Amino acid sequence: MADRFFLLTLWLIAGLVTLTFAWLLGDILIKGVPAISWEFLSQAPSRAGRQGGIWPILVSTVLILSVAICVALPLGLCSAIWLAEFTRRDGPLGRRIGLALDILAGVPSIVIGLFGYAFFSGFLGLGFSILSGGLTLACMMLPILVRTAESGLTAVPDEWRHAAAALGMRRGSVLWHVLLPAAAPAITAGLLLAVGRATAETAALIFTSGYVDRMPESLSDSGRALAVHIYDLSMNVTGGDQAAYGSALVLVTLIIVINLLANLLSLYWAKRKVTLA
Amino acid sequence: MTDSTGLQKGIESPYTLGQVEAGSPCCEPVAHLQIRDLTIAYHGLTVLSGVSLDVYRGCITALIGPSGCGKSSFLACLNRLTDLLPGAHTRGEVRLDGQNILAPGLDVKQLRQRIGMIFQKPNPFPLSIRRNLELPLLERGIRQRIEINRRIENVLRDVGLWDEVATRLNSPATRLSGGQQQRLCIARALILEPEILLMDEPCSALDPLSSAVVEDLILRLRGRYTVIIVTHNLAQARRIANYAAFFWVTEQSGKLIEFNRCQSLFEAPQNSLTEAYIAGTKG
Repeated sequence: MADRFFLLTLWLIAGLVTLTFAWLLGDILIKGVPAISWEFLSQAPSRAGRQGGIWPILVSTVLILSVAICVALPLGLCSAIWLAEFTRRDGPLGRRIGLALDILAGVPSIVIGLFGYAFFSGFLGLGFSILSGGLTLACMMLPILVRTAESGLTAVPDEWRHAAAALGMRRGSVLWHVLLPAAAPAITAGLLLAVGRATAETAALIFTSGYVDRMPESLSDSGRALAVHIYDLSMNVTGGDQAAYGSALVLVTLIIVINLLANLLSLYWAKRKVTLA
Repeated sequence: MTDSTGLQKGIESPYTLGQVEAGSPCCEPVAHLQIRDLTIAYHGLTVLSGVSLDVYRGCITALIGPSGCGKSSFLACLNRLTDLLPGAHTRGEVRLDGQNILAPGLDVKQLRQRIGMIFQKPNPFPLSIRRNLELPLLERGIRQRIEINRRIENVLRDVGLWDEVATRLNSPATRLSGGQQQRLCIARALILEPEILLMDEPCSALDPLSSAVVEDLILRLRGRYTVIIVTHNLAQARRIANYAAFFWVTEQSGKLIEFNRCQSLFEAPQNSLTEAYIAGTKG
């Protein structure tokens, strides 16, 4: 009896969570699909986004994300490797850096945006630009990326490290041939978590990459990200709801595509190297 | 010679046996490794102190004693795997061909090619069988296909795996049975053509049948390789070893109590501790 009640509660909770998500997605789909058309995807917005499309915004979003990933991924991966493989685990240095990263991961995005505005836009003189927005997003992604990649690497059994050492293998080649491929799923999951957070980011980008909705001419040009566009349409533009839902649908699709692509690529790479459990 | 391994007792073995034949037992002991006054400490805590003994070329030397008496640390120290353990510190000398392998400037990779190690739990990489054997070779700069294939076939024949895996060299090593994995690990160590093999309880994580096959293989390695094996299985030590060293914890650190020809140590122990331990009244 108690068992049944317990099971029922679990089902209810699970159902509730799934329902919320389904509702959200359904809402976006129902209200967003009518807005989607080839024109919507391929034209520039006009009348503050009420009419026209989101093409330049889509381009800006992809550019900002690319900058962020290109900066955050190598830096994050290297830091994670250093933390997991080349410092003493739970040593004082590693612990302090870990703590700093955890705090950084919890810093509200508006604060990071302010930092990006002061440092990248102001101090480095990048102004309102895609570059400055991408770098700011990279700052947001780094702690998540480093922490997940690090825990992915530490989860790889020590026996392989010992086996490799006993065979006189260089640490770099063990890392490349065994440890990184074995940790690839965890690292990818971390990357996707970070990309998801970055794609949804509004506050930090208003300060740094700006909200000009025309086509960016270069990385040093200002550009409006999708999330900023949605925010602007739903908050500042009366009669922009239709376009906002359309943009939201595109944003969700973009995140799903990035998810699939990253999983596909990393698993393809890892499977060619190791036999994943 | 292999009567005691269980293979000849009517159990049909699913395994094939290797081609390496047991060499002659060491009639004239020649020291291969000379260990002098070796002390190992972790974070300042001594786990093994003042060990001196000679490991004879081509012989199997068994290290016996209760858990925590420093046998595994002793073994790990011989190919400098202690370097990987945080806080580990060694003192004393281990001479291989007159060269102290504990010296700070020594080329550790070179050393580990000469002294291979087999661990308690089989630890093949999560790669294909071929790749497992190939990686250490590529690392040594051996890149010719023919040479690599020749060596792979040779070591797999040596450990008796060739007939079992020849047709599926490209399948994952982790899909092999425990005993096969352990023999693959031995093959992986042999492929670098080492002189000495260190084995840390290589059979204790295996089922009795696989254990018997691996034990049989170890016997066959004698003569061609110098083997140092840690084992908790006294019967096993007695079956396979030429020499035996008994370790015991006194005054909070492990010490070498007795070292002798295996037969002498088991049949006429000099020390009362050894006698009690092998009789099962202590430890």
